[in-house]
Amino acid sequence: MFYKGEPIMKKQLSEQRFAWLVIAPACVIVFGIVIFPLFTTFIYSLKNMDLTSSQYGQWVWLQNYLELLKDKEFWSTTGRTAYFTGVSLTVEITLGIFIALLLNEDIKGKTFLRTIIIIPWAVPTIVNGAMWKWIYHPEYGALNALLTQLGLIDHYQSWLGSPWLAMNMIIIADVWKMTPLVVLFFLASLQLRNLSIYEAARVDGANIFQRFYHLTIPFLKPTILVIIVVRTMEAFKVFDIIYATTRGGPANGTLTLTYDAYLKSFTNLQYSQGATISYLIAFMILTLTFLYVKVLKSEGAN
Amino acid sequence: MKKALLTLLSIILLAGIVAGCSTSSSGKDGKVTINALFMKQAGYSEEDVKAITKEFENKNPSIKVKPTFVPYEALEQKIQTSAPTGGYDIVIIDAPWTAKFAKAGFVKEVSDKLTDSNRSDIFAGAIDSVSYQDKLYGMPWLNDTKFLFYNTDMLKQAGFDNPPNTWDELLTQAKAIKDKGISDTPIVGSWAQAEALICDFTAFTSSFGGALVDENGKPTVNSKENLAALTFMTQSLKDGLTNSKSTQYLEEDVRGVFSSGKAAFALNWTYMYNMANDPKESSVVGRVGIAPVPGTQGHNGMSVNGGMGLSVTKGSKHADEAWKYIQYLSSKDVQKRFAKNALPIWKSLYEDQDVVKTGPEVVEASKVQYENLENRPRVPWYGELSTELQVSVQKALLGEITPEQALDSVQKKAEEIASK
Repeated sequence: MFYKGEPIMKKQLSEQRFAWLVIAPACVIVFGIVIFPLFTTFIYSLKNMDLTSSQYGQWVWLQNYLELLKDKEFWSTTGRTAYFTGVSLTVEITLGIFIALLLNEDIKGKTFLRTIIIIPWAVPTIVNGAMWKWIYHPEYGALNALLTQLGLIDHYQSWLGSPWLAMNMIIIADVWKMTPLVVLFFLASLQLRNLSIYEAARVDGANIFQRFYHLTIPFLKPTILVIIVVRTMEAFKVFDIIYATTRGGPANGTLTLTYDAYLKSFTNLQYSQGATISYLIAFMILTLTFLYVKVLKSEGAN
Repeated sequence: MKKALLTLLSIILLAGIVAGCSTSSSGKDGKVTINALFMKQAGYSEEDVKAITKEFENKNPSIKVKPTFVPYEALEQKIQTSAPTGGYDIVIIDAPWTAKFAKAGFVKEVSDKLTDSNRSDIFAGAIDSVSYQDKLYGMPWLNDTKFLFYNTDMLKQAGFDNPPNTWDELLTQAKAIKDKGISDTPIVGSWAQAEALICDFTAFTSSFGGALVDENGKPTVNSKENLAALTFMTQSLKDGLTNSKSTQYLEEDVRGVFSSGKAAFALNWTYMYNMANDPKESSVVGRVGIAPVPGTQGHNGMSVNGGMGLSVTKGSKHADEAWKYIQYLSSKDVQKRFAKNALPIWKSLYEDQDVVKTGPEVVEASKVQYENLENRPRVPWYGELSTELQVSVQKALLGEITPEQALDSVQKKAEEIASK
């Protein structure tokens, strides 16, 4: 009895030490590839890190931020990014709900269909980008061939040749890739639906549209909000598909914030501008997420 | 047991991190290892470079070379992230990067390493591509420029025996080709929002007698010569003589269009000549003409200097060995043997029959064009200038703004950037 406490103490201590030992590598990695760069980037955004400038390395505090916020180009890039995010999100959610409803039906081969719907999402973005670049190719692209053979267009179009059209074509490519994920979310929550309510609605004479609007949509609302939060974060940071297809062109028509940050850092050697844009992106996403969470919470209260 | 295993695993992980961070450059046997960064490309391909490296290692048993190959798009970023620490001892650099890399202190100055006699035997354009403010920051290695490619069949059908000497002649020929229904859009260029556009733009402006910056590095973007050049480009698009899809094309797309026989004229790098004559890649084999870029009244046809050089990074710990390897790669002997894939930087080799035999037409056009090369502005802020130009020139080409507006806005921005 007398000795009982001591070994336990000893054991606890070594337990603790052991725990530290085990998480040490994770700490090193997290510090090395997340926290340290995050901190350095912040410092960069407060300094003049323009490698070719004579004032290299001097503190400029908030000047980088002010300059950027006063820059008209920066705001049109932000607008473009918002357009990309908004449109692709709307299309993905609309398509996602309908595809999920279809796949939720008891149709023949539904397991097969549910499996293959994942394929676009499983393709790496950079591969997806390369693929769509070829589909849109103005001389030997598949889209041109298809539309011409169907008689919808009489000569080959330049899909990525003008700014506004190019942006929308990129959105289509992104929607193609990301809709499966959205479908998956909706399908999962549709499976949890209480079907007896639908039976009751049907007995009460509600038609298919009424049932969809009054039952399905409210039921899917929480899922929709989750998707909006997750996808906004991703879409706002869009980079790889732009890199693989248009590289911001034509005439900056598809230049998004992250691609702008990349260009500033690695083509212009202005690391501080790149860092500042990165922090502003983070801030914007943070604000959006905060708003979403507010909405989510008030939804929950209702 | 479980605890022991976990401890072991975390030790291995830690060891892995430590090992991953350190680079061992000197082996136990006194061998020095140098890391070199190359570009994946057609001339001096991976196989070529590896073969040359093998020869070098056999001749210098104490040096081991580890070459890495990345595509052009990834090159700039890779150099920036590794040069200060010497992750690579040798990096290949593109002409427009020399100024900023020199200013940023990424690469070593090597002015005293090239003898005067060697210097005088190298094309001036090639030297320019690795110099900044009269100092040398690398050894020229690849000579390249854009040529005017033409489809000899189409020209003949339209009744022309010779390629155009001036841009106006080119327009006349293109119009005839279009009117006779030989090609809908006879001209094609790589005018996407990318460096490729500025390469073509530089060839145009300099052939019209213009320059983007003056000798003192002051921007002269909106000069009347440059305006004439840009107006020429936009007008040819408006008239339907230049393929409207050019605004989304890079060099490889231009090659595709030309090789499939859809265009009569194209501006492109040297590599297209061999590939457009390769039956596996092209349907215009034997109908490919190559000529110097056309000029204008009173101005020689100028083309863009697309030379690349090899530089020793500031952080390199084996600069001497690295330079030795660079010298071997760019030596006359090696350049002569590989002349079929990439034309030499040495003037004297162009008289060598073995070199001429590899492609008499290309050598002939090169001899003229290499004497008429224009550099993209050799200023440290070229990256920003190029980005601004790409956007504004594209806007003009797409008809969103007039050529005057485009050049005026770039001029204004360039003045701001240059004064920083």
